[in-house]
Amino acid sequence: MDPRNLLSEKRPAILNRWFNAVLDTYPADTSAFLKKQKNQFANPVGHTIHQGMEHILEALLQGTDLDRIAPSLDNIIRIRAVQDLTPSQAVGFILSLKKIIREELGSNTREHSASGELPGLEERIDALALMSFDIYIQCREKIYELRANETKRLTYRLLQRANLVCELPDQ
Amino acid sequence: MAKFSAKPDELAKIRYAPPETEWMETPVEFREHMFCHAAKPKDLETVEFPNAHEWSSKDEDWKLPANWEQTILQGMKDLLGKYRSFQLFMDICVRCGACADKCHFFIGSGDPKNMPVLRAELLRSVYRGNFTLAGKILRKLAGARELTVSVLKEWWYYFYQCTECRRCSVFCPYGIDTAEITMMGRELTNMIGLQLGWIGGPVANCYMKGNHLGLEPHTIKSSIEFFLDDIESITGIKIEPTFNRKGAEILFVTPSGDLFANPGTYTAMGYLMLFHELGLDYTWSTYASEGGNFGFFTSNEMAKRLNSKIYAEAKRLGVKWVLGGECGHMWRVINQYMDTWNGPADFMEVPKSPITGTVFDNAKSTKMVHIAEFTADLIKHNKLKLDPRRNDHLKVTFHDSCNTSRGMGLLEEPRYVIKSVCSHFYEMPENTIREKTFCCGSGTGLNASENMELRMRGGFPRANAVKYVHERHGVNMLANVCAIDRATLSASMDYWVPGVGVAGVHELVGNALIMKGEKERTQDLRLEPLPGKEGSE
Amino acid sequence: MKTLIPFFAVVILIVLALAGVNMANMQFLFGVAIPYAALATFILGVIYRVVKWGRSPVPFCIPTTCGQQKSLPWIKQDKIENPSSTGWVIVRMALEVLLFRSLFRNIKTELRDGPKLAYGSDKWLWLAGLAFHWSFLIILVRHFRFFSLGVPFPIRMIEGLDSFLQIGVPLFYMTDAVILAAVTYLFIRRMTIPTVKYISLPADYFPLFLILAIAASGVIMRYFAKVDIVSVKQLTMGLVSFSPVIPKGIGSIFYVHLFLISILFAYFPFSKLVHMAGVFMSPTRNMANDSRMVRHINPWNYPVHVHTYEEYENDFRAKMKAAGLPVEKE
Repeated sequence: MDPRNLLSEKRPAILNRWFNAVLDTYPADTSAFLKKQKNQFANPVGHTIHQGMEHILEALLQGTDLDRIAPSLDNIIRIRAVQDLTPSQAVGFILSLKKIIREELGSNTREHSASGELPGLEERIDALALMSFDIYIQCREKIYELRANETKRLTYRLLQRANLVCELPDQ
Repeated sequence: MAKFSAKPDELAKIRYAPPETEWMETPVEFREHMFCHAAKPKDLETVEFPNAHEWSSKDEDWKLPANWEQTILQGMKDLLGKYRSFQLFMDICVRCGACADKCHFFIGSGDPKNMPVLRAELLRSVYRGNFTLAGKILRKLAGARELTVSVLKEWWYYFYQCTECRRCSVFCPYGIDTAEITMMGRELTNMIGLQLGWIGGPVANCYMKGNHLGLEPHTIKSSIEFFLDDIESITGIKIEPTFNRKGAEILFVTPSGDLFANPGTYTAMGYLMLFHELGLDYTWSTYASEGGNFGFFTSNEMAKRLNSKIYAEAKRLGVKWVLGGECGHMWRVINQYMDTWNGPADFMEVPKSPITGTVFDNAKSTKMVHIAEFTADLIKHNKLKLDPRRNDHLKVTFHDSCNTSRGMGLLEEPRYVIKSVCSHFYEMPENTIREKTFCCGSGTGLNASENMELRMRGGFPRANAVKYVHERHGVNMLANVCAIDRATLSASMDYWVPGVGVAGVHELVGNALIMKGEKERTQDLRLEPLPGKEGSE
Repeated sequence: MKTLIPFFAVVILIVLALAGVNMANMQFLFGVAIPYAALATFILGVIYRVVKWGRSPVPFCIPTTCGQQKSLPWIKQDKIENPSSTGWVIVRMALEVLLFRSLFRNIKTELRDGPKLAYGSDKWLWLAGLAFHWSFLIILVRHFRFFSLGVPFPIRMIEGLDSFLQIGVPLFYMTDAVILAAVTYLFIRRMTIPTVKYISLPADYFPLFLILAIAASGVIMRYFAKVDIVSVKQLTMGLVSFSPVIPKGIGSIFYVHLFLISILFAYFPFSKLVHMAGVFMSPTRNMANDSRMVRHINPWNYPVHVHTYEEYENDFRAKMKAAGLPVEKE
């Protein structure tokens, strides 16, 4: 059987396990809520994560350009960057995919390794993990930037009054 | 931030184990960026709050006053005797769980103690242990527990993670309102000198200077003059509002945040333009220069003390009625508390629009009208010349503020106004608006910057709905009628849905309003080019 | 632990009744004394609770508004969800009490996503809650046949409706099945939904077990291990006429049933079950949103220390004058 087909066939199972693995980084009662409630607006966290993971997995398996996965990855990391997770937990879920794929392939793992497909996929997962880290840092930096920006916004007129800021006149 | 701990292997582990410890046995852990700094003792002393002291929630020792337990328990007893809501809500919850997933903080954070029922149980457990027979005898079996320092810390953490938005109350079969419970919880922490800096400061300011920002009278005047300069450069019209003027027909009160903070300032400009265009006989006050009421987030008494200025000033100036600007909790206070605290306002007249002659019977006792009601009436009677095309670069959605929707019911008025001044209006999904609206995540004095992470979590359900209309309809402007929204949703949008701005409804009115004798406008109130004027559309 | 303790508490209660009747012949205690005591506790207890709630005033008018307010004449007010008059408050309360409208709200949000019942735990809560409370009420009303000479027409009518399926002898009452199913569902829900399980206390499981045991013993008595109905009615009529008798030969299961009901009644006022009375007094539901039209009075409103305009002007007079702001005192 063509290795790629096998992976595609296993995709729903992989996604399911991967999603559960991610949600299990939350307290159990929370993860159950995140899994169960499917309404996009009643459960935005679970919904966003699930949708993002679906896109990521699909793109990974189809060999889509990694940059195109970035928005989905961003959606997930952006949430995890403001939750009670360590940085490693926030981005580590990407790496857990490797193990899940190997486990799902089971006895076929060797065949896939030999064909070079699995190592290739795993390299892409590693690359994705690095991307996640970039996104995570951007999100955290954004938080600090928000704090600075907000202070500026709150006192903008005050600064203007004190002639501490002035805008360049229009041409 | 916690140190590195997780191994990828662990992350992949699937476990369906129930929570390891029952909630009562899980002590609170203070996480950085999730809580606000403590209030300065001098701010608390300014308003005669008890037990002001230097402390930090990060310290092990909070330097609590001696006998703090007695103070709290006596305080609870008093509050139970004063508020039927509190007494009843302590007794009748059946823990059905209908509220559990309705809280924006729970949805965004996943912290089980953010479920409204559990937030209330934090207080209820102590109530049972000290005020009910079953709790005294059966102890833990009846869900009772002792009041300890660790319980107090839990209260502190979670009662300042609730924005009193009342969304849970909508879904509760008995109408149990966590806002009431949080208010009581906060009254209690206040009794032993525990208060947020972000609340304590504005309260002291408001008490002494009349507004949260602590603007002195001349500063208020000059900051409004700044707006007038901008308005003149946009419209060519010079506006001359009055301050503290006796004999005016109407006193205008609005949150002071809009006098300094962007984008609230543009809303304030909208008010000025509208009133000028109408030739309204009104005045600003520098004494009652705050519509909002951060006292409401400390104690009932403090809220009343701050609120008293509005009627006092109305009486001193001899106005006929009061017009109130766009603000959320301000309107909960005005609608449900002001008249009871500081009324009767029998020295004024039933509000009547001098332009349309409409009598606002719904405000016949408080004598205070919401600007959205006032403007909607004007538009309905065709008293305003509007050019909605000036807002054509905006695709607008409307965020209902918690307080105006669930503590008042101001739903259609602002929508009518927006639809009259904008061509492109899109509603967010139904279970995220009107009485089911999601909080901005930063209400009740939680709009500090040190708790930005908390705010982003709490703001996610709202932002998620905005993102939906942003992606679906290209919505790029989130309109609202609340000063805290204007200040805090900007940050939330910046993080979650970049590309969506935030505006007060009367900024949009100001843009669309065709004023007598105005020059051809090329800029909007933000001094940005109008669509078509730069060939940009 | 949270479930085991209340479970064994109910078991012990059952054993207690069986032992008391079968081994110690305490029919009078279980058939007369305890029911009287329980009923007295129930009545006095509920009165105590209601009076206690009533003694705490409602200082502010704080309805949770769930619809458009009354404002301009051309804007349609949502009179039920945001009532401004007593009449509509009554309608709102009636919908709340009779149909659990607030719980129903959960459904509305979910149906819009398509009828995926699989994840709609909330609508099941509404349905099970409604089924449970209504069947409980109907069963309670049906039982009045034991407390009146003859059987009044309304009760016969309810019995007729309840048994209109006309299955079996004695006729099968639907509510018997419904209440057992609903209570079982409410129990399973509490055990399986992690959030609900997490918030549950022993005091949440105890009444479920108790009611389950009451319903089960009633069902057993009616359909399986039948007791002597004539003697039972003799006993119950004795109770209502305050001339208690203990007829011979009533099966001990009846005493179990009666004892558990007595416990339920006695337990009622001191537990969360008082929500039945409490819901009527909930200020977020039973008030009209009219606080801008009519001044709501707070009985403990007291004068507070304020910062007066005079003090304010004293603080800033020079600055105000310099800025051209009018002042009271030059």
